Amino acid sequence: MTPDAMSLALFVPLFGAIAAFVLPRAASVIGLVAVLATCSAVAWLAREVMAEGSMTVALGGWAPPLGIALRADGLSVAMLAMTGAVGLLVSLGALDALRDARQRQYFWPLWLLLLTGMNGVYLSTDIFNLYVMIEVIALAAVGLTVLSGTRAAVQAGLEYMYASILGALLFLLGVGFVYLEAGRLDFAGLIAAEPSAGLSAALALMVVGLLLKTALFPLHFWLPAAHANATAPASALLSGLVVKAALYIFLRLTTYMPLPDEIVITLIGALGAGAVLWGGVQALRAERLKMLVAWSTVVQIGLIFIAFARAGQVGLSESWKAAALLILAHGVAKAGMFLAAGRIRTEVGHDIIADLDRSAIRPTLAQFTFALAAISLIGLPPSLGFIGKWSLMEGAMAAGYWHWVVVTMIGTLMSVAYFSRVFAGFLRFDRMKGELAEHKGWAIADVAPLTLAFAAITLGLMAAPILSFIELGYPFGAVP
Amino acid sequence: MPADLSPHLIYGPTGIAVFIIGLVGALCAQDRLRRVLALKLCSVGAGFLLITAAWREPPAAPDPVPHALVITGIVVMISATAVALALIRRLKSLEAEADTPQDTPEASHDA
Repeated sequence: MTPDAMSLALFVPLFGAIAAFVLPRAASVIGLVAVLATCSAVAWLAREVMAEGSMTVALGGWAPPLGIALRADGLSVAMLAMTGAVGLLVSLGALDALRDARQRQYFWPLWLLLLTGMNGVYLSTDIFNLYVMIEVIALAAVGLTVLSGTRAAVQAGLEYMYASILGALLFLLGVGFVYLEAGRLDFAGLIAAEPSAGLSAALALMVVGLLLKTALFPLHFWLPAAHANATAPASALLSGLVVKAALYIFLRLTTYMPLPDEIVITLIGALGAGAVLWGGVQALRAERLKMLVAWSTVVQIGLIFIAFARAGQVGLSESWKAAALLILAHGVAKAGMFLAAGRIRTEVGHDIIADLDRSAIRPTLAQFTFALAAISLIGLPPSLGFIGKWSLMEGAMAAGYWHWVVVTMIGTLMSVAYFSRVFAGFLRFDRMKGELAEHKGWAIADVAPLTLAFAAITLGLMAAPILSFIELGYPFGAVP
Repeated sequence: MPADLSPHLIYGPTGIAVFIIGLVGALCAQDRLRRVLALKLCSVGAGFLLITAAWREPPAAPDPVPHALVITGIVVMISATAVALALIRRLKSLEAEADTPQDTPEASHDA
């Protein structure tokens, strides 16, 4: 069997994870090489998809419904590319951020395993495969959460574990319902199945499980502690990438399964609005920088669900694009922001917002990076976050759903307010406590977060090609 | 779908009931070990439901696909349980350390 880009994107990180675990001394080298190789495979895949539209590979030559097929289209390649690129930069950041030998030894196998699971989700074409992949992601993500080894991190990791496993099991119960109703688990079978009460129940179970995993308000209880207490590279991966896997499955399922009705969509949007408001209030009250950033993830997840619900049932065929744009924008910007927050904490020695000052030993470039990432998260032009919010509001206005516009605007104002708390701290002369000392204000370690933050802003200028790319292979119903 | 639904009627609802018992436990139990066991109960319930899907009218052999799925599910759950138990043990020893006078700074300032 000749290797193809999709199998490579799946198996390179998997074998890399095993190799990095077996050879702990060479873990960093193996890890970087594996991530680079995965990125090249994804780039190859992107070229093929751009030339030919969606592609399908039957693993081992066994076609569904008996075998497992991998499928790539515009949306999945966009997610793969975001995961690969953000992952590569976070890996570079991790080289410096992880000072502890033990942390470095375990970071790489866990991260490569996580990459395997994420790529698996984006390429899967059947829901049982998706279940296995989200469990792989869950185990690797919990490992990354507790990597710092502190009591708070282990506690948060355990909470995360409970939530994650419960979410996956709800999904599994949904899979059981689908098999009872349709007798098949592949996406083509889902599309072909007659809409029935059983399928709707299955979809409901799977969606609740996914909402728990992606931390939509009020199922977000596990997220802030887990993301805030992890080490900086782990937080960047967890916040930027991991929650997106469940979001992606949600977007896919809602296109393959019988459409949720208007009430359900409004409910999802209302939960998103709850996330935007509650997350905003909590971010305003947060004492620590990383906690603020973690609550902003809750807000952004809510925003993505509002984008999904922005134009009701009739608008779903367009709304998923706004949601996808926001997913990509958040992934890039949040990873950069968490890395920058980690840098600030390392250099300043703490991350208590009220004690941030403009002392001479401040990490200027990391603070600049934080501000750039915030521009995209707030949604100022020309960032990708701006384009995402714009298309959210445009669709909502066109459909006459003004309430979503109001919620989005309130959320935007709140995000300006809570990020300003941090900016104000960066500029405070009157609080200066740190000793005046020589400091360059930057370090090589700032390159990775700065690149991510710049990408979050400049990608906004490329929104049109991105939009036409994620539409490749749509409608997804074209699966053989 | 078989014409005679009686096995579905017995095993299906039983699986769902077991899942719900597990769900309540996972959400309401305080004890860490109990919550792990509750999650295991959930997975048994989901497995029950999948097995129901394998049933066919007696002369026909049962559908092997759900069996394969359940085995995979069991393997996944074993690894998840192992990780959860390891975390619980680690947390216990960290808590025991924190109870002795020298408190770690990371543990104390995290609210």
